[in-house]
Amino acid sequence: MVEFTFWDIARQLLLALRWTVGLSLIAFGCGSLLALALLVLRLSKLPGAVRAVAGYVQVFQGTPLLMQLFLIYFGLAMLGVETSPLLAASVCLTLYASAYLCDIWRGCVESVPKGQWEASASLALGFGEQLRHVILPQAMRLGVAPTAGFMVQIIKGTALTSVIGFVEVTKAGQLIANATFEPFLIYGCVALMYFALCFPLSLWSQRLERRLRPAS
Amino acid sequence: MTSTANALSFPMASPIPLVDIRGLRKRYGSNEVLKGVDLTIARSEVVSIIGRSGSGKSTLLRCINGLEAFQDGTLTVHGQPLQAGNAGAMRELRKNVGMIFQNFNLFPHLTVGRNVMLAPTLVTRQPRDAARQNAERLLARVGLAEKFDAMPDQLSGGQQQRVAIARALAMDPEILLCDEVTSALDPELVGEVLQVVESLADQGMTLVMVTHEMNFARKVSDRVVFMHQGKVHEVGTPDALFGAPQTPELQQFLGRGH
Repeated sequence: MVEFTFWDIARQLLLALRWTVGLSLIAFGCGSLLALALLVLRLSKLPGAVRAVAGYVQVFQGTPLLMQLFLIYFGLAMLGVETSPLLAASVCLTLYASAYLCDIWRGCVESVPKGQWEASASLALGFGEQLRHVILPQAMRLGVAPTAGFMVQIIKGTALTSVIGFVEVTKAGQLIANATFEPFLIYGCVALMYFALCFPLSLWSQRLERRLRPAS
Repeated sequence: MTSTANALSFPMASPIPLVDIRGLRKRYGSNEVLKGVDLTIARSEVVSIIGRSGSGKSTLLRCINGLEAFQDGTLTVHGQPLQAGNAGAMRELRKNVGMIFQNFNLFPHLTVGRNVMLAPTLVTRQPRDAARQNAERLLARVGLAEKFDAMPDQLSGGQQQRVAIARALAMDPEILLCDEVTSALDPELVGEVLQVVESLADQGMTLVMVTHEMNFARKVSDRVVFMHQGKVHEVGTPDALFGAPQTPELQQFLGRGH
């Protein structure tokens, strides 16, 4: 049996961690853009927009991420799209992130006092100008903490993509554990790596929130 | 029951009213708040609207700049009927009709100067430098020239309200709507705001004020409107209304105030 040094194991896990980070960034980045579009759509009060966006959000909030992954992985394949695990994981996590972020940010926008809408409206600002210059800057300050909290959820959610064959750090841990028969050591390292990603993010968001708070 | 003693005493009164309200009706669900309001406001006129809570005063004011929609009647500002659904028409309307709120509603994430500059740079596309100069001039006019770079939460209530006035004036409106602008202020801060409003009146601004400050209304207004249960109950000069109230409702309202 080949002996693996600790450094061998750690190096493999770190290489796989790149994929975790990359997938998280794709999901958060693309998800944010989509969430912003959905939010503006919902706020625009176009006929049917509120119900459509609310329905979309309910679908992703009401089903397990694992099921969403399976449905998108097999669903995309059924549609004839060449589906790699990376593509399926990216699409699924993007949609998942967009639903949750849209709802979080909608809550933040609704927390902005109605007087801000009225004051900007009576200064003749249009809807887009109101959002861009008055409402969203204030909503953003309220949204830092829950958004960072959800980013942590995304990072942890990437672990589930291991079941559709995407090799990120959890999957890599599984493979290595099967090879070395030291599951506790391996999974312990994996957990520490997740913690090393998530904890600084939480700390940074607390610091950011404190810095932005005086403006509210 | 309206006494229509018209107090337009200055010689160059425009025959076409700046604001013409006829038969305005507004409901919130099944609750009718405005039950057929008739009112005209001439250019440079200062009109105070008084009445009990729930009489519809603020609602009427908010109909004039389209913050509230009405179901029946007509509302014409400067000859243009109000078109609530038309974003372009509302934008034009609101360039000419400014509003100051009871709770100031300053933008907390912008400095005082940027608060005043925001609308002109966006709506009338005023260049940054001109907008800045205009903002500095307006802040000086309300006595807050040195607060250009301060944040709103660093100011007292009276100062915030004065910034709100400067912000509304930055759009160079024809009419200024004041919705109980001193009601949220500590008593010692009320005076500084009323001083600014009085100076606007002296300079010929058309003002429509919902106020509880009876002395101020009496001093500054050309006409006072008493609203009761969603209708204009009495209209007249300040002396006529405050000195010799005709209807029992107004007598009771003023009697309670004394």
